Amino acid sequence: MNLVWFHKLGSPKYFYALALRLTPWLGGLSFVLLALGLYWGLVVAPPDYQQGESYRIIFVHVPSAWMSMFTWMFMAFCGLLVLVWRMKVAASLMRAAAPLGASFTFLALVTGSLWGKPMWGAYWVWDARLTSELILLFLYLGFMALQSAIEQREAAGRAGAVLALVGVINIPIIHFSVEWWNTLHQGATITKFDSPSMPVEMLLPLLVSAAGFMAYFATVVLKRARCDILEGQAASGWVREWATPAATDHRNP
Amino acid sequence: MDWQSFLAMGGYAAFVWPSYALVLIVLIANAVIPHRRERALRERIARRTTGNRR
Amino acid sequence: MGLGRAFRAMLGRDIRLAVRQRGELAQPLVFFAAVATLFPLALGPEPELLERIAPGIIWVAALLSALLPMDRMFRPDYEDGTLEQMLLSPHPASVLALAKVVAHWLVTGVPVILLAPLVALFLQLPMQALPALLATLALGTPLLSLIGAIGVALTVGLRSGGPLLALLLLPLYVPVLIFAAGAVDRAAAGLPIAGPIYLLAAMLVLALTLAPMAIAASLRISLS
Repeated sequence: MNLVWFHKLGSPKYFYALALRLTPWLGGLSFVLLALGLYWGLVVAPPDYQQGESYRIIFVHVPSAWMSMFTWMFMAFCGLLVLVWRMKVAASLMRAAAPLGASFTFLALVTGSLWGKPMWGAYWVWDARLTSELILLFLYLGFMALQSAIEQREAAGRAGAVLALVGVINIPIIHFSVEWWNTLHQGATITKFDSPSMPVEMLLPLLVSAAGFMAYFATVVLKRARCDILEGQAASGWVREWATPAATDHRNP
Repeated sequence: MDWQSFLAMGGYAAFVWPSYALVLIVLIANAVIPHRRERALRERIARRTTGNRR
Repeated sequence: MGLGRAFRAMLGRDIRLAVRQRGELAQPLVFFAAVATLFPLALGPEPELLERIAPGIIWVAALLSALLPMDRMFRPDYEDGTLEQMLLSPHPASVLALAKVVAHWLVTGVPVILLAPLVALFLQLPMQALPALLATLALGTPLLSLIGAIGVALTVGLRSGGPLLALLLLPLYVPVLIFAAGAVDRAAAGLPIAGPIYLLAAMLVLALTLAPMAIAASLRISLS
């Protein structure tokens, strides 16, 4: 199998150039998808027959919750690349994803409790999904604290990779334990978040909005990884050359 | 469709609009911060590089 | 030297070192009893109330007292260079690390299990829940040590060890706490507890197989 593309992606210089080219397109795509999805959800989709207009929060809440889980899986995948192939680029991507994951988790928590207030009559209820999100937020904050505590970049990346992989084994167990705990103490939850079957006119805007969140994640994670690569490679030749266009012009007339 | 009832969100305005506003604020902030950081980094690197050449 | 003998040698060394410092050995035990005492003082001594919350209190106290001495698992050896020697030895670092975790559990986890019946008595835990409490502690405290060792290995080289370690470990401890305290709670209510006990056992097996590798990898990263 031809793995040239894989080695190329592992080179910070090549990856930086690729990210530089991709981000504007991904940014545009996420803007269009988010605008379409949120407009569709807020204006076009019909009100829910049980929850009225309040259900419109799901068009931001559910994608945030999905992305909060996806981001950790992405980080664990990058962690695998860091530990097995020592890819510096993967470490940059992993570090770049963590604050985004924390943001998504935070958004899922706040929008969830704003949605819960009219449903449950309280801002916070120990609902299974909200509780797992809260624990996930602690995981993200722990990851970020570990990253900022380790000064050496390479060691920070590999330590983060181990934590991301430990987390990815633990998150399903945490999820399952919280579900079990929730059924143990009946009465903690009054309603489940996701209705079993969602009509198409609500599902479609939800999927468009989720795709928008995904494109947004791709855009920002590339942008943040670009900063991370610049910081890590500031002393290397290609960054200096690229930072001074005049010097390169001299060499290639 | 009239604006009044759209903004009222069937009485749930106090929950729907803050949710959307917060999401937009956080998403925009997350996009703007690395944008600024990268620009600052590029300027710093460029300054250092040209400084070295002199 | 065979792998089994190396394991035993490491285990024996760590236990001897721990026993030599008896004062340090007693700290988690006293902490366990003291935390468990705080709850009746804060909430009131009504027997019905204590009976209701005893499983949770005992488990939270056990979890915190496992966290307290966790940092000592690798730090003294890190500071005097023994850890580096261990990684350079011809034996797999994961096996030696497992020996250290077992030793640490024997001197910090087992005493807590032994003291637990007394604390249970103080907190009016129903007698029928005592076997469940001991079973969950026997399965749960080694889990806490194994998961904790990963966190310690990741932070051993850092100055800001303590609070960071707690932040890393507490979310990972959630399933252990839920299943263990839930099982004791169910036992107190006279319900079957096979489910959570099996889950804890499965988690322990999973941790025993995966954690030593993660600990060894983390130690290498911290020492690089």
